[in-house]
Amino acid sequence: MSTPLSASVDVEAVTARPRLATGFWRRALRHRSFVIGGALSLMVLFAALLSLVWTPWSAYEIDVTAKLRPPSATHWLGTDVLGRDIVSLLLVGARSTIMVGVIAVSIGLTFGVCLGLIAAARKGWTEEIIMRMSDFTFAFPAVLSAIMLAAVAGPGMVTSIVAIGIFQIPTLVRLTRGSANAIWAREFVLAARASGKGGFRITIEHVLPNVLPILIVQATIQFALAILAEAALSYLGLGTQPPQPSWGRMLNDAQTLLFQSPMLAVYPGAAIAIAVLGLNLLGDGLRDLLDPRLARER
Amino acid sequence: MTMLERTPPPAEQPLLDVKDLEQRYTLPRESMFKPAAQVHALNGVTAQVMAGRSLGVVGESGSGKSTFARLVMALERPSSGSVSLMGRDLNRLPADELRRARRDFQMVFQDPYGSLDPRQTIARIVAEPLTALGRMDRATLRERVSGVLRQVGLRDADMDKFPHEFSGGQRQRIAIARALITQPKLIVADEPVSALDVSVQAQVLNLMQDLQDQFGLSYILISHDLAVVDYLCDEIAVMYLGRIVEQGSPEDLFAHCAHPYTRALLEAVPRARAGGVRRRGAQRIASQSTGATGCAYASRCPLADQHCRETAPPLRNVGRAHLAACHHAEAVMALPSVAAAG
Repeated sequence: MSTPLSASVDVEAVTARPRLATGFWRRALRHRSFVIGGALSLMVLFAALLSLVWTPWSAYEIDVTAKLRPPSATHWLGTDVLGRDIVSLLLVGARSTIMVGVIAVSIGLTFGVCLGLIAAARKGWTEEIIMRMSDFTFAFPAVLSAIMLAAVAGPGMVTSIVAIGIFQIPTLVRLTRGSANAIWAREFVLAARASGKGGFRITIEHVLPNVLPILIVQATIQFALAILAEAALSYLGLGTQPPQPSWGRMLNDAQTLLFQSPMLAVYPGAAIAIAVLGLNLLGDGLRDLLDPRLARER
Repeated sequence: MTMLERTPPPAEQPLLDVKDLEQRYTLPRESMFKPAAQVHALNGVTAQVMAGRSLGVVGESGSGKSTFARLVMALERPSSGSVSLMGRDLNRLPADELRRARRDFQMVFQDPYGSLDPRQTIARIVAEPLTALGRMDRATLRERVSGVLRQVGLRDADMDKFPHEFSGGQRQRIAIARALITQPKLIVADEPVSALDVSVQAQVLNLMQDLQDQFGLSYILISHDLAVVDYLCDEIAVMYLGRIVEQGSPEDLFAHCAHPYTRALLEAVPRARAGGVRRRGAQRIASQSTGATGCAYASRCPLADQHCRETAPPLRNVGRAHLAACHHAEAVMALPSVAAAG
């Protein structure tokens, strides 16, 4: 007897490549918020990648003689209180931001989506336990769970990643379960049951593909939230530790000098705003683009 | 998996044998301190379908006809009673055998927009009952899909399209193709045409008729529309509040119906579009829940007397293969027949 898993491989074989993909980029490039959001997000990504191979100055080297320089040809955006080049700090900061965001959202998605799908598929006690546990987690804000974690494990990037990741789980559990429940109530699921498919195959073949667009959109928004949370934690000194630069820490450093050099707070603030705005616009665009009913029109 | 040897049932054995089927649903509690109320969706339904014959089930919404369909499809477990297909009680089969037995009975749903997964290609949708049975290579699958698509009047080129590229009638053809692909003996169709335009309804019904002639299929056709059932079925069961109140051939039912409810349905046909349909939702739930004594229809029946309110009428023979559950069946049959509409 074949196992359900191997059978689903054959199902893939019946499927020709969805024709949805062909028109996707053509429509995407005409979608304003997708293009703007995508461009801003790519900018941040590019900054992070660039920092791996090149920065105008070292982001770690301290030169107190050159502290608080105004923008100039040598230091495009000036230097901070320790004489580090702001541009270099922003570039390297983008790296920490993206790393924390990606890993935290991955943690959230992995646990959140699995638990949400299980809750919707099993109902009853299983659902009740999953949802009450997620309510419990939901009650703790990311900052609070990070403080608790930091007390146990010590502050640092890993702590903040885990804390943000855990904080993402309940939102994604709720969203996944809610959307999956709506799919389970559809007649095509009843049709799948009438042809003899079990809960696992229905989840993989019908429920997950139908909730995926919602999850993709939510993931971009969760990414933006993770960036904000990371900045907040670093600002509080619970996230990325010196000398590793991060946007949140830059804000923290700038705080004491707000009247002397207000621009020091503007640059990291603008960077965070660009990343968050970009991801939100991208999410909006994807929501429109991934709707199959809109795929054929226009 | 290869084709299993399937022996045809003996001539006398019905294809589908439904005995004393009951289904009770527990309503959500109104208060923590009260016991949860129950609804009798199905109240002892017995019916048989012979191979190649078709049974129509009519009744207003809430009469239990969709519950009946789901129980016949073994999508739910009945509270009591049995559903046997070719002599095998579906609810006693082990899960794995039930899954394999499902090739013999398939379902067509009411809503052609909801019953096809919008994210799957037509090929994948139509192949689903086959892929549920086990492994099968891609070429064979596509061949089988193309075969049934042609039988329902669609083209091979439609295989790689998505459901939203089709009209309602075409989608219902796709749903019928999906039901046909395992070469079933029985297709349960729950309101297969009620979501379609009247002009398209006829096409789909004709298709179903052709397929029946071609493959010797049996249908269980659930509908609120007597005309639809009359067109396709050899026998009609009229349901009211989870019970069969009258059963017989279309001729018997249309010419001399023996139950006042059937008569009301027949009379309602021309008036239905003009808003003449009675709405008795609250009353219906109440009588379903309490299981009051006497005839369930007594409160709406023009012929009801004291006897009706006290004693529930059994389903009895009122003619050749014509059953009715009414104390006054003979009186109803003696009434001048309702002018056949359409």
